[in-house]
Amino acid sequence: MKDFLLVFRNEFNALPKASAEELQATTKLWMDWIGSIAAQNKLTDRGNSLMSGGKVVHPKNIITDGPYTEIKELIGGYSIIKVETYEEAVEIAKGCPILQFGGNVEVREVKHM
Amino acid sequence: MNEQELIPHLFRTEYRKIVSVLCRLFGIEHIEIAEDIVSDTFLQASELWGLKGLPENPTAWLYTVSKNKTKDYLKRNTLFNQKISSEIKYLNGSVEEIEIDLSIKNIQDSQLAMMFAVCDSCVSSEAQIGLSLNILCGFGIEEISSAFLTNKEVIYKRLNRAKEKLRTEKIKIEYPSKRQIQTKLENVLTTIYLLFNEGYFSSSRDTSMRKDLCFESMRLNFLLIENETTNLPQVNALMSLMCFHASRFDARIDGDGEIILYEDQDSDLWNQDLIEKGVHFLTQASTGSVLSKYHIEAAIAHWHTQQKDSLEKWEEILQLYNKLLVLEYSPIIALNRTFALAKANGKEEAILEAEKLNLVDNHLYHTLLGNLHIGIDSKKALEHFKKALNLAKSTVDKNTIIKNISKLQKDL
Repeated sequence: MKDFLLVFRNEFNALPKASAEELQATTKLWMDWIGSIAAQNKLTDRGNSLMSGGKVVHPKNIITDGPYTEIKELIGGYSIIKVETYEEAVEIAKGCPILQFGGNVEVREVKHM
Repeated sequence: MNEQELIPHLFRTEYRKIVSVLCRLFGIEHIEIAEDIVSDTFLQASELWGLKGLPENPTAWLYTVSKNKTKDYLKRNTLFNQKISSEIKYLNGSVEEIEIDLSIKNIQDSQLAMMFAVCDSCVSSEAQIGLSLNILCGFGIEEISSAFLTNKEVIYKRLNRAKEKLRTEKIKIEYPSKRQIQTKLENVLTTIYLLFNEGYFSSSRDTSMRKDLCFESMRLNFLLIENETTNLPQVNALMSLMCFHASRFDARIDGDGEIILYEDQDSDLWNQDLIEKGVHFLTQASTGSVLSKYHIEAAIAHWHTQQKDSLEKWEEILQLYNKLLVLEYSPIIALNRTFALAKANGKEEAILEAEKLNLVDNHLYHTLLGNLHIGIDSKKALEHFKKALNLAKSTVDKNTIIKNISKLQKDL
């Protein structure tokens, strides 16, 4: 079994202001998807969502506010799953709710030290 | 209560109290001496009371006699005396002055100390349950083997091996420190819950034995609640969970010892008092910031006290199962989650989810798939039920599946 990092990305402001019901429906999609992975015993770490805002540290002590809103691939969160192959990891990622909202999922095998 | 019933009843309730106090006094190396002294006491009781009738205060009689036997033993055995009583002498001056403290407080503290000593991970979890039943609940080898559906030699060996292990690991029987509570509480709760499940899900047809196991585990849990240092949220959550499950005990089994499924149960037979207790303990558990698996399971069990189906009920239960699985995976929980998903999201999605579980060697997996296919694909439903029947081991389980099959065939 290998660990695979799933990074969820979307455009900044990809989601228009959602109503309470829409938010609840979105939450359910995510919870059901994560629950599905956990039910298959393939969830290593549920991960987290990330708050908006942030900072980027560059060389020579340069610190910028970021990631900028122009960047269309803002990381929204991450999870870690455990499967044998990239194919399996990709299959799981296909079920991610972010895809329904125009986002994408980067799948990366974790190198354990 | 007449003599015939009194002694077994007293044996159950008082044996564990006196044994815990003496075990704590003697230490893990000499558990057998403690057990022998108490067994002798009860033997004497049954002989004497049979001849002369019951004493005025049977419990006090038992306490006095066991105290005297203990003092006698200490006097007669100088080697033993030297080994253990240096500490006692330090406290009491001499063997003659030893007060064997059978006060309520010491009994409670000693039982707690025994619980934490016995539920040690150096010993297998079956042995932890066995020892808990034996020492903490006063179950004999015969009763334990009957509860576990195995034979006496197996249990006898298991308990002896466990006691030996505890001896070699030099496990101390002492009132648990805060740190010990932190490290060992999870183990203690697991043992209690496993013991409860032994009674609740047992394939044994001895219904009163099964009830006993459930109530013994609740009693052990209650010991933790009565004690301030161990009265923690997850302990209350486990208590709540067991109350909710136990409330349906009378409705779950029919006259022939067959299981009645939840949706077919007569909710009038559900014990309302236990349900209320469950709610009480769930409220007590709702403090602090730690959400344990017991909290989630108790919340699910709480929803099940409302038998009426509703989308809200099953959606809430599904989300609770999602959270539970993230916390801790088990095949049974995964299957239960899928059942809730079927009710909340529909059968088609549930079938897809179920197939992802791929628990092909598990009869419950096939039973679930069988049920999900009813009304969608009867042929597949039957295939799954047949696979389930093949894999099921106990008669009770087989009978449940056979009922499902005949129901399906009637509708075909």
